[in-house]
Amino acid sequence: MKKFPPLQRRRRGQVALLLTALMMGILVAAFFRAQVLRSSTWSLQSDSNRLRLLTLPAPRGTIFDRNGLIVADNVPAYSISLLPAPRDSIAASLQRMREYLPISDARVEQLMATFGRYSRQPLLVTSDAAFEHVAALEERRADFPGLFMEMRPKRRYYGGEAMGHVMGHVGEVSARELETERFRDYSRGMVVGKDGLERSYEEDLQGSQGIRFVEVDAVGRIVGAFEGESSEDPEPGADLQLHLDMELMEWIHAIFPQGMRGALVALDVEEGGVLALYSNPSFDPNDFVGGIDTEAWQRLNEDPDRPLFNRAVLGLYPPASTWKLATAAIALDLGVVDAEGHMPIACTGGLNWGNRYWRCWNPRGHGSLNLVEALRDSCNVYFYQLGLRVGLERMLNEATRLGFSNECGVDLPRESRGIFPAGLDFWEREFGYRANESEVLSLSIGQGPNSQTPLKMAQFYLGLARGGSAPAPQLARTESALPEAWTMDLTSENVEWLLEGLRMVVRPGGTAFMSSLEHFDLMGKTGTAQNSDDPETPHAWFAGMAGPWGGDPEIVVVAIVEAGESGSAVAAPLAAKAADFYLRRKHGIPVDTIQTLREHYQAGRPAPWAGRQ
Amino acid sequence: MTGLFRRWALDVPLVALALLLSLFGVAMIFSAGVLNVPSPVVQGAWIRQLVWLAMALGVFTAFSRIPVRWYEWAAVPGYLVAVVLLAGTLVMGQGSGSSAGVQRWIEIGGFRFQPSEVGKIATILALARYLAFRERSPTGLRDVVAPSALVGLPLVLVLLQPDLGTAFAFVGILFAGLFWAGTPIPVLLFMASPGLGLVLSFDTRVWSAYMVFLALGLFLYRFRLYLVESIAVALANVVAGTVAMPVWSSLAQYQRNRLLVFLDPALDPRGAGWNLIQSKVAIGSGGLTGKGYTEGSQKRLDFLPEQHTDFIFSVIGEELGFLGTSLALLAFLLLLARLIRLAEQLSDPFAGLVLFGMLGSWLVHIFVNVGMTIGLVPVTGIPLPFVSYGGTFLLMCWLSIGMAVRMAREE
Repeated sequence: MKKFPPLQRRRRGQVALLLTALMMGILVAAFFRAQVLRSSTWSLQSDSNRLRLLTLPAPRGTIFDRNGLIVADNVPAYSISLLPAPRDSIAASLQRMREYLPISDARVEQLMATFGRYSRQPLLVTSDAAFEHVAALEERRADFPGLFMEMRPKRRYYGGEAMGHVMGHVGEVSARELETERFRDYSRGMVVGKDGLERSYEEDLQGSQGIRFVEVDAVGRIVGAFEGESSEDPEPGADLQLHLDMELMEWIHAIFPQGMRGALVALDVEEGGVLALYSNPSFDPNDFVGGIDTEAWQRLNEDPDRPLFNRAVLGLYPPASTWKLATAAIALDLGVVDAEGHMPIACTGGLNWGNRYWRCWNPRGHGSLNLVEALRDSCNVYFYQLGLRVGLERMLNEATRLGFSNECGVDLPRESRGIFPAGLDFWEREFGYRANESEVLSLSIGQGPNSQTPLKMAQFYLGLARGGSAPAPQLARTESALPEAWTMDLTSENVEWLLEGLRMVVRPGGTAFMSSLEHFDLMGKTGTAQNSDDPETPHAWFAGMAGPWGGDPEIVVVAIVEAGESGSAVAAPLAAKAADFYLRRKHGIPVDTIQTLREHYQAGRPAPWAGRQ
Repeated sequence: MTGLFRRWALDVPLVALALLLSLFGVAMIFSAGVLNVPSPVVQGAWIRQLVWLAMALGVFTAFSRIPVRWYEWAAVPGYLVAVVLLAGTLVMGQGSGSSAGVQRWIEIGGFRFQPSEVGKIATILALARYLAFRERSPTGLRDVVAPSALVGLPLVLVLLQPDLGTAFAFVGILFAGLFWAGTPIPVLLFMASPGLGLVLSFDTRVWSAYMVFLALGLFLYRFRLYLVESIAVALANVVAGTVAMPVWSSLAQYQRNRLLVFLDPALDPRGAGWNLIQSKVAIGSGGLTGKGYTEGSQKRLDFLPEQHTDFIFSVIGEELGFLGTSLALLAFLLLLARLIRLAEQLSDPFAGLVLFGMLGSWLVHIFVNVGMTIGLVPVTGIPLPFVSYGGTFLLMCWLSIGMAVRMAREE
């Protein structure tokens, strides 16, 4: 480049100088503002005064049920903390505090241990103090250096025990959790979801903490808020909408047989969402808020009925006769049976096959049946033959494809995987022998190595109600439609045959006729599953669906009552009453406690539908 | 005596100001080590800085005796070596102290240094060499593509270390060089506009007004720009303003923090906020006249982070008050003004461009470093020329001064 002309250099130099001076001027102006104009803001009250950083917990997101009812929200609670100070001072403060605040010896010990580990952070004494204690301490504030009391959001659950298992509970994040990848951005003292939906949707519900600076004097007393830097407000967590129906949950909690263990799952046919997911006995998640006391925790943990165990998704039960529908659907899907055709061997109370006599539950026999009749009568002999037609290997492949040896994928933190042989090697691995074709006979009637959760059975029945495919059941409503987890190749005619079989169960002569409903068409399958703890009192199953007369099913219900003995006497009315409660509200029919046919008879009310075909 | 100094220094005002600032730096690093609970690392730092200063003056003496043409010849190979070193740093670099998670240092024969500092000087020389040998001044956006690529390569390598602050210095070098080479100011503004748009997009109304002005500017300047160039500028602005911001706001707080930490791991977002507040308290409580040399209470109680390196200006603010900070800034202004003055006198384009490269780099260093102590710019680790503790940087600053006085003298 030819040399720059002096005039151009001069002009550019001036511009550069101007710009440089401007930038230095901006800095000088900023320092003038900070050091001269606003110096008093920054100067702490005295040289020994220091800043302390306090975190402000964010309120967790509100949870709503499908009708917009609040399931969980937050109420203000008083928290009492001590700002960082020497160990002796903290110990002395805690001792003096006990005059005004009930703190057990164990709690003091625990607090001092926490302080030992995190001596530079404020020590949270309690996050849920009673107002009178707060007032008493407030009056004697001067005696407690570093005492810090504030309002904090506290979780409140509306459903109580009815919603315990679904909601899970919240608690302070543990040291072990903080080490995991999921909680790497969390800090000590934060309240997090420990189980249930609170855990599954923790990241959405959490929100983000705010920060505030306070100025403290040499002994740690708070002098005031620090004006120099604005605090950062906490950001509330996102709200959560559920498919769940809280009133239905409360209804189920109220009608579940007292003192019995069991579960009930209800799914919405149209959207595939979970309407109810209840496990009995239950617990009240409110007991966990602000830390559950040791006694209550022990009681929950040592209860032989295991109230903390969510049977709807963790309990594994042999599906028994409710499984016969799966055998029937697989056979129809494969095209090895015609719904109207009869099996070659009529039921005479059992079937000779291999070197064994395979019994039907009814020793008098059912005679020659078609598929619908076999479902109605739950005839083992028919299903033995159907199983043989399907064949062991195809049965294993199809059932595995439908997810019977897997989890459903529900949006809860824990779920049991169904137990079902995924292949022939299962027998060698588990029992040490090679499987032969006779295994298919047990499997076809829901026995053998087959254990499922109530939720999984509900998902399968949902698939039939939806014409051959089902999504993974979800409690929370998301924006996108749920993707189908599996599909079956069933013609609408075949589906209708299967539903007709279920319908017959609740018709005169069917095992669940006494559970039939006035306003709705209930259909389903009862089951009696072997109880490994007590062979005398088997578990009672009912799996089915209901909808308006002459319409499509709108709700799928599966109920299991452990040691309930009879599916038709215990499980079926429970499921029927739950379905009826939901459907009545949906269709604007007043809710009534007299719902099933048996209840009508007992109450001496007319039951005009009982004669209807 | 003064004659001796003049003969050694070659340019008395520039060297005197640099020396003044360097000694001031040593004094403040000494003060930074005066703590209630002494820290061995910070306590002895001023002695090590004094040793570095002695070496730096040696480097100055040597480099101020090298003819300008030699620098010109060395520009291209020097640039290539610097790029290799920067690339090498990414592979075998080491962290240090608070910057333990990054690759900034490299060790050759027991000697540890920061290639990014060498990279700045090499880039200044290479850019000057390229622009000086062009037939004419850049006039349109197409003419700034090659120089941008020249500076962009080491910039990206530095960004990958990652060292956001130093990467900014490369931007300063590019703009100062292009400006001195005679690039029309509107073209420079168009170049900078996507970055400006990104900053302004935090408020929709401000950004909309800005986009109107940009469109107007492009329209008024249409005779000097190709259509493609106008479209490229407009497009870059739209992308910066509309895509970046929504993407940023869609991120959760912790994701943003992670991104920030990715750009500069030396910084812990929550910690950075805390550091900044302590720095502001220190500076603000310094008041007009300060708390007195070595008497800063915030500093003494070890509330100031990185007090002898990146946050040295907070110590100045707390102990010497507004008088101290404004005098220090005045000293920097005089130093930069002298640099500009020298460049004005140089008819050799290469020499003038080198001086302006230094100006751009130092201006960014000063503005970002001082600005961050008071919250004017985000906290990024970048030292204050001549004053902050740090061997390589001090050496390179004095090496630059050496080149500058030599170029001024040869004219």
